[in-house]
Amino acid sequence: MLKKILIANRGEIARRIIRTARQMGIATVAVYSDADASALHVEEADEAIHIGPSPATDSYLRGDKIIAAAKATGADGIHPGYGFLSENADFAQAVAEAGLTFVGPTAAAMRALGGKAAAKEVAIKADVPVVPGYQGEKQDAPSLAAEAKKIGYPVMIKAVAGGGGRGMRAVEREADMAELLASAQREAAGAFGDARVLIEKVVVRPRHIEVQVFGDAHGNVVHLFERDCTLQRRNQKVIEEAPAPGMSPELREKMCGAAVKLAKAVGYRGAGTVEFLVEGGSLDAQAKWYFIEMNTRLQVEHPVTEEITGLDLVEWQLRVASGENLPLPQDKITMSRHAIEARLCAEDPSKGFLPGVGRIREIWGAGEVERLEIGVRSGDEISPFYDSMIAKLIASGSNRDIALQRLTRSLEGFIVFGPATNGVFLRRLLQDSGVKAGVMDTGLIGREIDRLSQRMVSDAEKADTVAELLRHEREAATPASSHHYSYTGWAANDAFQLGGARTMPMKVVIDGEPQTATVTWPAAARGSTGFAWPSVSLGGAGVPAGGHRGRQNVIYDGTVYASFDGELVTASRPVYDASAVEDGHAGDTVRAPINGKVARIFVAEGDTVAKGDRIAVVEAMKMEHVVHAGRDGTIGKVAVSEGAQVNQGALIAALTEIS
Amino acid sequence: MPKLISEINTSSEEFQANRAAMQAVVADLAEKRLAATSGGPDRLKERHLARGKLLPRDRVMGLIDPGSPFLELSQLAAYDMYGGDIHGAGVITGVGRVAGRECVIVCNDATIKGGTYYPMTVKKHLRAQEIAEENRLPCVYLVDSGGANLPHWTDVFPDKDDFGRIFYNQARMSAAGIPQIAVVMGSCTAGGAYVPAMSDETIIVRRQGTIFLGGPPLVKAATGETVSAEDLGGADVHTRLSGVADHYALNDDHALDIARNIMGTLTAPRRQEIVTRASRDPVYSPAELDGVVPASLATQYDAREIIARLVDGSDFDEFKRNFGTTLVTGFAHIEGIPVAILANNGILYSESAQKGAHFIELAAQRKIPLLFLQNITGFMVGRDAEAGGIARNGAKMVMAVACANVPKVTVVVGGSYGAGNYAMCGRAYSPRFMFTWPNARISVMGGQQAASVLATVRRDNIEADGKTWSAEEEAAFKQPILEAYDREGHPYYGTARMWDDGIITPGETRRVLGLAFAATLNAPIADTRFGVFRM
Repeated sequence: MLKKILIANRGEIARRIIRTARQMGIATVAVYSDADASALHVEEADEAIHIGPSPATDSYLRGDKIIAAAKATGADGIHPGYGFLSENADFAQAVAEAGLTFVGPTAAAMRALGGKAAAKEVAIKADVPVVPGYQGEKQDAPSLAAEAKKIGYPVMIKAVAGGGGRGMRAVEREADMAELLASAQREAAGAFGDARVLIEKVVVRPRHIEVQVFGDAHGNVVHLFERDCTLQRRNQKVIEEAPAPGMSPELREKMCGAAVKLAKAVGYRGAGTVEFLVEGGSLDAQAKWYFIEMNTRLQVEHPVTEEITGLDLVEWQLRVASGENLPLPQDKITMSRHAIEARLCAEDPSKGFLPGVGRIREIWGAGEVERLEIGVRSGDEISPFYDSMIAKLIASGSNRDIALQRLTRSLEGFIVFGPATNGVFLRRLLQDSGVKAGVMDTGLIGREIDRLSQRMVSDAEKADTVAELLRHEREAATPASSHHYSYTGWAANDAFQLGGARTMPMKVVIDGEPQTATVTWPAAARGSTGFAWPSVSLGGAGVPAGGHRGRQNVIYDGTVYASFDGELVTASRPVYDASAVEDGHAGDTVRAPINGKVARIFVAEGDTVAKGDRIAVVEAMKMEHVVHAGRDGTIGKVAVSEGAQVNQGALIAALTEIS
Repeated sequence: MPKLISEINTSSEEFQANRAAMQAVVADLAEKRLAATSGGPDRLKERHLARGKLLPRDRVMGLIDPGSPFLELSQLAAYDMYGGDIHGAGVITGVGRVAGRECVIVCNDATIKGGTYYPMTVKKHLRAQEIAEENRLPCVYLVDSGGANLPHWTDVFPDKDDFGRIFYNQARMSAAGIPQIAVVMGSCTAGGAYVPAMSDETIIVRRQGTIFLGGPPLVKAATGETVSAEDLGGADVHTRLSGVADHYALNDDHALDIARNIMGTLTAPRRQEIVTRASRDPVYSPAELDGVVPASLATQYDAREIIARLVDGSDFDEFKRNFGTTLVTGFAHIEGIPVAILANNGILYSESAQKGAHFIELAAQRKIPLLFLQNITGFMVGRDAEAGGIARNGAKMVMAVACANVPKVTVVVGGSYGAGNYAMCGRAYSPRFMFTWPNARISVMGGQQAASVLATVRRDNIEADGKTWSAEEEAAFKQPILEAYDREGHPYYGTARMWDDGIITPGETRRVLGLAFAATLNAPIADTRFGVFRM
C-alpha cells in the first residue's frame, strides 16, 4: 500500500483525495501555485510544496516540478486528480520512470485511448458501436453523397483541415447534399487551402450516458453502472446523475458490458469512464448508442456513482494503484438510490456565463447540503487562472424525484456572496419540466438558455440594496453607546431639516454600473430618537415601494452583497481614483474588465479612436474580453504591453483630455 | 424631577382656533421657505446641472452624513430685499454632521447671480463663521462664487464686517485650532480666491473649480494675455504647480468624498464636563404647541405649557416658583442636555428681574446652558416701578445675561419689545443661536404704543403753537406708523435682515434646540465673572 501520495491538483478534488487518503492512513503532499498559497487544500494536506507562479502552465502543468516535489517529500505515489496532467501519458510515464506510482492507468493504456481517433479504432476492434462516418480519399460529390446515404441522414460535413466551424455543414436530407457539399468544399478550400471533407452521422437528440469502469493490475475489470450527463452547456457538463433516468436493464447491460470489454481490450487499470451518445432520448432496449471517447481518470462527477453504490472511488484508485485486486467483484457491486450533482461555477449566466473573479465574502447554507465538494471558503479569492467551478452539490434519495427536490432545496439555501455564480441557473434547470420528467437531450440547455439565464432582478430590488447600503452606513457612523459624548440629537437618522422632506441624488455603483439613485427621507417620522429609513428610487421613474423578493445580504468594505432568491446585487459608493489622471491624461481611461493576460493591443499612442473601437483583448479563463474606447478621442497613453498580466481595473490605455 | 401638568384641553374650541391660526402662519412660512430654498431660476439650475455640477443643496446633503439632521441658518435671509430673488442671500449655511463631527457648512449658490456676495450674503457668511468660532465647529466652505457683487460694493467691501472679515475669521479660527476646509466647486475669483487659499486644506474639482486673483477678462485687459479659465486657475494648475489647492477631485461627488475623509481624520472635540442623559420624549407632544399658543399675542398664557412640550419627559425643576411670578425659571433637559430655562409669564417686575439674575448666576456657576423663551412686552413702567428701582433690578438681569459664559440660546415665542428683548438675551447679547417663531413680533415698542407716543409729542407741539389737531388728523398721522411697525416688526422682516438665525415652527423647536445645544457643547464652557451688580 502507498505510504504517502502527492496530489498534483488543487481545489475540491485535491481535498477529496486528501480525505480518503487520510482515512486510509496515507500521508498527503499538496502542491500549490502562487495564487493558491493559502488555499484550503494546502492547509489540509500533511505537507505542501510550492511549484511555481499562478498560471497553470507554470505550476500545475509542470510535471517536472511535481515529480521533483514528490521526490523531495518522499512520496511514493502521485494522484493527478482530474484535468491538468491527469490524462497526460508522458507525465504518467515520467512518474513511472521516476520510480513512483502513478494513480491511474498506464501510459500505454492512456495512449491507446487518448486520441478520439485512436479510441475509435480500439472500440471498433472491440465490437463497440461508434458514430458512423466516412473519412477517405474519395472526395467527388457522388461518392460522398453515397457515403452519406450509407451513414444515414442527417449528417455533418466537416473540413478535414477544419476548425472553428469553417467548412462545416449540417445536412438534413439527401436533396440538400449536393449544394451544401459544394459550399462546404468551397469554404474549406478558401479557409484552409484544402477542400477535403469528412462526413459524420449526426446523432439526433442525444443523451450523454457514460459508464464508470475500474480495472486492476491483474486483468480484472468491472463497471459501476452508468451516469447520465446529458445536461450540458457548450459541451460542458452542468448536471450529472446516476442512474440514468429511464435506463432499461437491457441497454444498461449492453452498454456496461461494452465498456468493460473496451477497458479489457487495453488492459485498463484504475478508474475510467466510457462515454456514449444514445440517440433519440429514450433508453429502451432498442435505442441506438455509440461510443465517443474514454476518459482515463477519475471524473468530476464520480460522487454520484459513489452515492448510489456506497463505494469510495478514490479508495479503489489507491488500492488498485498499490497493486491490490479490485475490492469487489462485479456481482457484489450493487446500486440503490438515485444521486444528482450540480456544478456551481463562478460565472454570470446573464452575461454570457462570463467568469467571475474576486473575493468570496461569505458562503451560506453549506451545512444544509447533503454532500458538498468545495475547494474554497469565505475570504478566498477566485482567481482567473483556473477552472471557474467552485463547488459540487450532491443530493440523493430513494428515487429521482426526492433527489431532485433535495438538490433544489440545497441550491436555494446555498448562497455565495462575492462573484456571481450559476446557482439560480442550476435551480431553474432542475425545475425544467423536461428535466423533471427525465426527458432530456444534450441540446436542452441550448434551447432554454435565455429563460434559464435571464436575470430577474428588478429596479425595486436594486433600490432596496441601496437602501441597505445607507442603513449600513448609518449604523457604522452611530456611536455604539448612548453614553458616548457624541450621542446627541445629531446622531439621529431622521434627516431633520427646516422645511419639507429631504430628497437628494446619490451616486452609487450597482453591479459595477455607476447610477444615480434618488433618496427620500420621510418627513413625518422625525424625532431625536427615531430612525427613519429612506426610500430609494432608481431610473427616474418611480419605483414602487416594496414589491421585491426577500433580501439576504452581507456587507464588506462598504459594499452590500444582496441575494434576492439567489440572484446577487451589489451596491457601493463609487470609489474615485484621481491617480489615473495625475499623469496628465485627464481623459477617460480604458481598464481591464477582469484579471487576465493582455492578448492583443490594437492602438498606439497618438492614434485617433472612435467610441466603441477596440483597444485591447484581455484573455482570462479561456475567454477573450475585448475592451473598447468609451468615447471618441486620441490615445494619450498605452499603459501595458501585449502579454502583460493585468488585474481587474488596471489601466490599459488613457485617452487625452478633451480641451 | 417634578412633572409639569398641562391645563390645556386639546379638544376645546379655543385650542382648535389657536391651532388653525398657528397652522395658517406655519403654512405661509412653508411657502416662503420653499421659494427661498429653491435656488435660482430653473434655466440657470439646468445649466448648472448640465455642466456636471451638483445643485448647492445637493452638495450640502452629499457632504453631511446620510440621513443626519441639518440645522440650516437664516433660510429667509434677504427675503424681499434686492428685488426679492436673492433667495437665502445666495448662500446656504448651517450646522451639519460630517463623518461624525458637527461642523459649519457655507455653500455658495452659483445659480443666484453667480453666487456673488450681496451685503446680506456677507452677513450670513460672517454669522455662520461666528457660530463656528463660538462653538468651535470646523468650517467647510463649498465655494462657487464670483466674489463681491460689484453694484453693491460700498456695502460689501470696505467696512469691518464686510467681505474681508471672512478671511480674517478664517485666519483667526485656524489659529484657534478650528479646522478650515474649502472645496472649490466653481469660481473663486479675486477676493474669493482667499477662501481656499486661507483654508487649512483645499479640494478642487477638475474642469469646475477655478481660483485666480484676476479672471481671464481681467488678465486680457491688464497684460493682453489670452488664457482659458482652466489653464489660468484650474485644478491641474493649483494641485500640480501653484500648490493653492491640495486635493484633485474628479467631480463634485468625489470632492465631497475627500472633504468627508478629511473631517473623519480630525481629532474628536474634548469631552465636556456636562453630564448628558439619554433623550426622552416630552409627555405632551410638541405638535400640540400650535394650539397652546393663543392666536393673539395680547392674550397672556402660562409659559409652562410651552416648556412642558419642549423638555425631556416634561420634567421641570422650577426655581423660585412663588417669587417674581412673571418670569418662570427652572432646570430641565432637552434631548438629554441639561438646560436652565427662563420664560416670560408677563411683564418683568423688579422681583422677576432679581429672580432672573439669581437664576442666571446659578446656571453660570453650575455650567448649565441657558434657554430664553421670549414673550415680553417690556419692563414695568410707572412711578411705583421706577421708585422701586426697576431700572436697577433690570440692570442686574441684563448684567447677568451679558456676562454669563454658558451657552445661551434664545427663542422668540411671542412679543419681543424694548428692554425686555435685552434682558431676555436678544441678538445684542450674543446668544449662540437665536430663533423666532413665525407668530412673533419684535419692535422697540408695540406699534400702538409707538404711534400714541409719537402722536402725543406731535399734539403737544401743535397745541404749543396754538393750533388744533383733529381726531381724524391724528388717526391719519398714526396710520403709517402703525403700518410700518406692523411690517417691520414681522419676523420675515427681521429674519431677512438676520436679526435672528432663522424662523422655526413651534413643532420644530424641541428638535432645533436639541441640535443647537449639542452643537454648543463642542466648545468648553468657560468660568463666568460678572461685573458690578447695582445692588
